Amino acid sequence: METARPSLTMGPVYYLWDSAKWRDFHFRIADEAPFERVVIGETVCSKRQHFIEPHIAEVIERLENAGKTVLLSTLALVTLERESRLIRELARDSEYMVEANDLSALGLLNGKAHSVGPLINVYNSATARLLAGRGACRICLPPELPFSSVKRVIAETPGVDFEVFAFGRMPLAISARCAHARSKGKIKDNCQFVCGDDPDGLPVKTLDRQSFLALNGVQTISHTCQALLGELPDLAACGVSAIRISPQDCDMVAVASLYSAALDGAIGADEAVDKLRMLYPAAPLSNGFHHAREGAAWVARARDTAQAG
Amino acid sequence: MELICPAGTPSAFREAVDAGADAVYCGFRDETNARNFPGLNFSRDELREAIAYARSKGTQTFVALNTFMRAGDEEIWYRAAADAVALGADALILADFGLMAHVAEHYADQRLHVSVQASASNVDAINFLVDAFNAKRVVLPRTLTIADIARIAPKIRCEIEVFVFGGLCVMAEGRCSLSSYATGKSPNMNGVCSPASHVRYRKEADELVSELGAYTINRFATGEAAGYPTLCKGRFDIADERGYAFEDPVSLDVMGEIDALTAAGVSALKIEGRQRGKAYVAEVVSTLKKALSAKADDRPALLAHLRGLSEGQKTTSGAYEKRWR
Repeated sequence: METARPSLTMGPVYYLWDSAKWRDFHFRIADEAPFERVVIGETVCSKRQHFIEPHIAEVIERLENAGKTVLLSTLALVTLERESRLIRELARDSEYMVEANDLSALGLLNGKAHSVGPLINVYNSATARLLAGRGACRICLPPELPFSSVKRVIAETPGVDFEVFAFGRMPLAISARCAHARSKGKIKDNCQFVCGDDPDGLPVKTLDRQSFLALNGVQTISHTCQALLGELPDLAACGVSAIRISPQDCDMVAVASLYSAALDGAIGADEAVDKLRMLYPAAPLSNGFHHAREGAAWVARARDTAQAG
Repeated sequence: MELICPAGTPSAFREAVDAGADAVYCGFRDETNARNFPGLNFSRDELREAIAYARSKGTQTFVALNTFMRAGDEEIWYRAAADAVALGADALILADFGLMAHVAEHYADQRLHVSVQASASNVDAINFLVDAFNAKRVVLPRTLTIADIARIAPKIRCEIEVFVFGGLCVMAEGRCSLSSYATGKSPNMNGVCSPASHVRYRKEADELVSELGAYTINRFATGEAAGYPTLCKGRFDIADERGYAFEDPVSLDVMGEIDALTAAGVSALKIEGRQRGKAYVAEVVSTLKKALSAKADDRPALLAHLRGLSEGQKTTSGAYEKRWR
């Protein structure tokens, strides 16, 4: 069977970057990166909203002028009335497709074409089909899903475009408590936006100095960087419609170009992995979840070596 | 106010019923529930007997099927739901939308409760599950303050159950893959967190080191009480600071806030601890039952002696109190 080449989606920036950096980053992505669609909007902490708000319109315009489809991301954890209001307005008024990251957004988007983000628990096709029946036309599957599940969900859910989280530190947990603020002697309510000091996350090491996790405000992310490169042919073959690239504080235009070349078969998997390590040296690569192992694991595949070159 | 009590074994179940539980919750002996630990949980026959015993004492039985169905193996969860319904469960506690849809479609009369693992943390989320699956009750995630609960209660179209005592998840429940990141096994997919199969203790000089998978979770000096290496309760280094990065080894206790929770519109209080022994269950359930009917002034004395049973013997009101954030 001829398989379509998956396109590239850039996920929302999970980190607090200062306004100008956030804007300029998206401008460059618009102008230079081979993404078909770009998801923007604060996803992790509603307190950060005002940092990007002044620039959202110009970023959308720049992305659209470059021919990219824009989606707006909703918050992952919604507890305050102010946060609920934000999502109600977005669900009701947005002229751009909205990507749901919590249950309230799923509820409010019923009957409207929408996207489902990787922070929603879609573990099986019964769930995917239910969401599709309510208007979900794109679903980015959770990073925790093994390939056996990815394959199955896609095969059993026709009519939905599926994405797989293929680059970036993985979102592993979210809390009402801000461990990031607390690590700097603050609490969430008077955090003074200390998470802005760590645009790629704040490392959490074990007492034996093993790099383990990283903090991003109320979100806990992996120390390792998910890297599905050798796995791209399998993902394409099982019908994955787009590869999701989650922004880190590195040259994301180069990362996107690398994934694009790997999807085209213009670069072998081993070489792509070597190049990715140079582009994002801050974190070791992992693909364990995909291979039904611990998420931090790196599974090298002999087949890739055989096919390379 | 209902008291909802845990049972990991048939004997703990009886103790909970005898101690005055309004309902006991439990699960089958497999990955369909979030306490899939060796030696715990119920066979079909054991559940049948447990439900009969509970009925005879006027106690309800809730069956937790609160993990997420593994693609391709949905039949395991569907069969568990069918059996729980046939055995007479008073409610099913569910987290997976696919399973909720299945139960709502095939067993329309079955009472459906939303598990804490579903992470329904606000009005729109909860009403979505009420409208879509006819959910009758939501177990709120431990991310809300009592003031938050009071604000949402009048606007939602189902009952509210909250955790008041026992283990405390720091992360939004059902949205945490820290455990599988380190071990390959997660609450959502396998019903386990920081599983014992991946725990190792080793002696190093005069320290005891606890490990989960390949990672050090804590180090204890001689004489220091060594807790279980639950990932989010470990000690880590962040920059130059060493400490409990996410949460101290504490457990949840908000029984002191019974009146505030009642006023907020909560209709059921839930005790965590299906992995606990029957003596613990009996003690906690009977004390909390007494506390519920006691006058506010008499409660502190009743509750004080429970502290000794708590993890690390230190307690917190968790997210129910704003400064915890």
